[in-house]
Amino acid sequence: MALDSKIPKGPISDKWTHYKDHINLVNPANKRNLDVIIVGTGLAGGSAAATLAELGYNVKAFCFQDSPRRAHSIAAQGGINAAKNYQGDGDSTFRLFYDTVKGGDYRAREANVHRLAEVSTNIIDQCVAQGVPFAREYGGLLDNRSFGGTLVSRTFYAKGQTGQQLLLGAYSAMNRQIGRGKIKMHNRHEMLDLVIVDGKARGIIARDLISGKIERHSAHAVVIASGGYGNVFFLSTNAMGSNVTAAWKIHKRGAFFANPCYTQIHPTCIPVSGDHQAKLTLMSESLRNDGRIWVPAKLEDAKLIREGKLKPTQLAEEDRDYYLERRYPAFGNLVPRDIASRAAKERCDAGFGVNKTGEAVYLDFAAAIERYGIDQARLKHLDENDKTLVIKLGTEIVANKYGNLFQMYEKIVDENPYSTPMMIYPAVHYTMGGTWVDYNLQTTIPGCFSIGESNFSDHGANRLGASALMQGLADGYFVLPYTIGDYLAPDIKKGKISTDTPEFDAAEQNVVDQISRLMNNGGTKPADYFHKKLGKIMWNKAGMSRNEQGLKEAQQEIAQIREEFYKDVKIPGTADSFNPELAKALRVADFLELGELFAKDALHRNESCGGHFREEFQTADGEAQRDDKNFAYVAAWEYKGNPSDAILHKEELVYDNVELVQRSYK
Amino acid sequence: MKLALKIWRQNNASSPGKMVDYTVDNIEPDMSFLEMLDILNDELIVKGEDTVAFDHDCREGICGMCSLFINGEAHGPDRLVTTCQLHMRKFKDGDTIYIEPFRAKAFPVIKDLVVDRSSFDRIQQSGGFISVNTSGNTIDANTIPIPKHDADKAFDAATCIGCGACVATCKNSSAMLFVSAKVSQFSLLPQGKVEAKERVLNMVNQMDAEGFGNCTNTGACEVECPKGISLENIARMNREYLKSSLI
Amino acid sequence: MSNSPILKSSIAKKIAMALSGLFLVTFLSIHFFINLISVFNEDLFNTLAHFMGNNPLIQFAMQPVLILGVLFHFIMGFVLDFKNRASRPIGYAKYNGAANASWPSRNMIISGIVVLSFLGLHFYDFWIPEMVYKYVEAKPIASERYFHELAEKFHSPIRTSIYCFSFFFLFLHLWHGFNSSFQSVGMNNKYSKTLHKVGYAFAVIVPFGFIFIALFHHFNH
Repeated sequence: MALDSKIPKGPISDKWTHYKDHINLVNPANKRNLDVIIVGTGLAGGSAAATLAELGYNVKAFCFQDSPRRAHSIAAQGGINAAKNYQGDGDSTFRLFYDTVKGGDYRAREANVHRLAEVSTNIIDQCVAQGVPFAREYGGLLDNRSFGGTLVSRTFYAKGQTGQQLLLGAYSAMNRQIGRGKIKMHNRHEMLDLVIVDGKARGIIARDLISGKIERHSAHAVVIASGGYGNVFFLSTNAMGSNVTAAWKIHKRGAFFANPCYTQIHPTCIPVSGDHQAKLTLMSESLRNDGRIWVPAKLEDAKLIREGKLKPTQLAEEDRDYYLERRYPAFGNLVPRDIASRAAKERCDAGFGVNKTGEAVYLDFAAAIERYGIDQARLKHLDENDKTLVIKLGTEIVANKYGNLFQMYEKIVDENPYSTPMMIYPAVHYTMGGTWVDYNLQTTIPGCFSIGESNFSDHGANRLGASALMQGLADGYFVLPYTIGDYLAPDIKKGKISTDTPEFDAAEQNVVDQISRLMNNGGTKPADYFHKKLGKIMWNKAGMSRNEQGLKEAQQEIAQIREEFYKDVKIPGTADSFNPELAKALRVADFLELGELFAKDALHRNESCGGHFREEFQTADGEAQRDDKNFAYVAAWEYKGNPSDAILHKEELVYDNVELVQRSYK
Repeated sequence: MKLALKIWRQNNASSPGKMVDYTVDNIEPDMSFLEMLDILNDELIVKGEDTVAFDHDCREGICGMCSLFINGEAHGPDRLVTTCQLHMRKFKDGDTIYIEPFRAKAFPVIKDLVVDRSSFDRIQQSGGFISVNTSGNTIDANTIPIPKHDADKAFDAATCIGCGACVATCKNSSAMLFVSAKVSQFSLLPQGKVEAKERVLNMVNQMDAEGFGNCTNTGACEVECPKGISLENIARMNREYLKSSLI
Repeated sequence: MSNSPILKSSIAKKIAMALSGLFLVTFLSIHFFINLISVFNEDLFNTLAHFMGNNPLIQFAMQPVLILGVLFHFIMGFVLDFKNRASRPIGYAKYNGAANASWPSRNMIISGIVVLSFLGLHFYDFWIPEMVYKYVEAKPIASERYFHELAEKFHSPIRTSIYCFSFFFLFLHLWHGFNSSFQSVGMNNKYSKTLHKVGYAFAVIVPFGFIFIALFHHFNH
């Protein structure tokens, strides 16, 4: 099967407009005869549900949390990009497009990214109209900040809770439609299979997590908005419940899975403190705007610090190695995430790490506090040589900008980051890979769409900061509502889809069988045991840097754990009740398949690009070495039983508007 | 650390529940409270017992999914944190810890420590929004300047995570802090003023219908709120309500 | 009043509680002021008491309103407390209320019941005899009798103790109630801090002033 990305013809800046002008529309009176299932209610799913319901479709929305408001989009901190150019600093749609393609290390699809940049400005307008309280300047206009990997200030933010505010905006739009009866909300439900009738996605099988009941739901189209699969690493900044299940189930039903190995390891997370740890906490990348990253310049100092015999504040300026500023003078601490993460790992691997585990670097605000303090002192006509005063004034500014992040850090680590540098270390954060979709955001299964983080389309091999929120909302508010209409237009006479068909019977049976297999295997170990084991392999062999041997081992070992899992996992309780362990085991089962495909994909990609760093492919000074001649394509995998049997399909990436160059942030 | 736990166990909404004693050992001060419960649960699985069900998701204090009434306080003894951000260093070796679900008529127990907070969703559905469709042609975001002070206040109110700690801790199980946070956020913004009247009336109406108690201004909610939502919002809602019902 | 739709909502009830409370506070202030006079000037006290007891506007307009106000405040107080208790059918095994709210704020019903019981005694002591005197037995007007009636009541150490005890609970009730009423009617702004200080001062001065008056008469006559 050849992949058809269905990119419209014409110059890149006209594609989307032209597309919208020529697609099929559905008459308002007919929309009410069409049902759409949306799985996941984060920024993408929530905004899509609200918009489709506003348009008149009957939406059935599903989330595993107890309310749509809890989807993990809520945890995004830093901000959302938009090419508004309010700051007049030279931003434009093209520049946002260009930065995103470049930031993605030239592995994203041009047409999708341009569309994303085009609608980015609408998102801000829409959100403000919804009452999202973005940060403002004293003149009452919207404030912007700059974010890693760009040279302009185009990031809109709401303190360190931008994701929360945007999600609550989408949630409120959903609530309006739930109140009107246009969205039927199914909280605490997990999608466990996709139902395909006559080659088209026509429904899902879902488990009610409270009663354990297996339910059938039909629709004219199914939209997957279930987020990313970072939890394949066990430890990640994803929520505990974030999972690949919905995306994996459609993969098993025929949707190709693209670039699974593209994972973003976020540089500014709170380091691991011990084996008990269940998840990692991210701190917004915006911290890098004011924080300077360093490690001790001398190995012996690093050792003393690790042993607790030396404090970071005691180290003289010349004994510190501001390695990002040293290696990348142009971007300094604001290099893209993949580069910042690898640089931290490089220093720690070389023995300069600073916490007990040796896996942490400093993020220091002392310079920023002093700089802001002096500014303030001048502004208020106070004595700028009074050190205490300057620190007090500077601390106020920093607290105002990052207060909630500092507080979070202090609660977790029990150290005051205003007076001693923070410790940070990279952690798995976002997955650029996901279900393969065409320009319409449709997967290789007709009628099955994938939006937001669950698809692969916009970020290439590395996502720039503040672009995830942008993509989620762009897909949900402004893209899918058009493309799904085009798909649904011929379906207006179809009528209600019956759930009483052999296809639904078979899909339900499939789910029931899997559950009973897990419940009745007589095992002895909790699901987490296997998940942790999987995570260790992923982190060590398919994490920040990968090599051929490790990836081969990973594939084998994961297959082994999977076998062991089905034999020995122990799930207490019953299948027909509220059973968090069963829900967890079902998710781990899918991670155990995805993990192997992940390693297979990483192994086949004989180059380094973005979040995918293969040790065999690096420049003399340790930078990623891309191979555009052989690997400028999307790797879309077709399911064939075992992950090891997956078949590779290639979507060649064509760059007409951006010249492929080696990324340089020096 | 070794700890004695007294945990509310209840099989489902219709069966009665009771406090059950457990002990956990080898707890590190750096662990989060939920990681401590993870350890307990893993032990229970190995022993062949049913695990203690509790709600949690993001584990970074923002999703509002985790709850738990710990030693008589919503989200435990620490301030400005959710249970997932509560760390074991707040407890001492040998402590006895009571762990109960958030209790209110409007928050029925689903299982053990998991409660149904959909009443909060229904309150939001009754008016917690601005009626604007998605078009892509809404007016430019900078057309209406909003005083920074108002925008900041609206933001502060909007940081509510809907966890229900205010209800759980209130001796009257009142949801006023939660509802007032949403009412305030919108009433402070020009975009939200258009529907302010219907919004406050509808939301309060729904709040009452859900069976929450009445606010008696004890201020406990503000103290226990993991996001520090201010009582000022309740006063604002009272004002808005008075205005809307009289005029 | 209670049939109005606005009174059906929780917030309306709360505002009504606040307003009736504030109304009772004004009455309390007047009562306190007149009683305080009794410490300094017997004649002026008698004159004022006589005015209050015989002015038709006060007797036939203010007095019924006041009684209605008291009735409303305590009935509503009970109704709300009952409803509030019902909104948590299963209580906590451990509830650390002291961690986040003051005792007076959590126990308005207790301080309220004490004050209400006191009111019963107070009516029995003064108001009922007064009503009987004026309207049942229709005895002649005697504008000098008030001070002695007052002083006589405080002879008994038990009664004086009960009065003092009750005033202490009045203090607890006012400590939360007075300031709480401003919050209930929607006043929480930059003036609130100052206003709260006034509120707390009132909550201390008036009840302890009453205690002082009671003790003064007990020990001086």
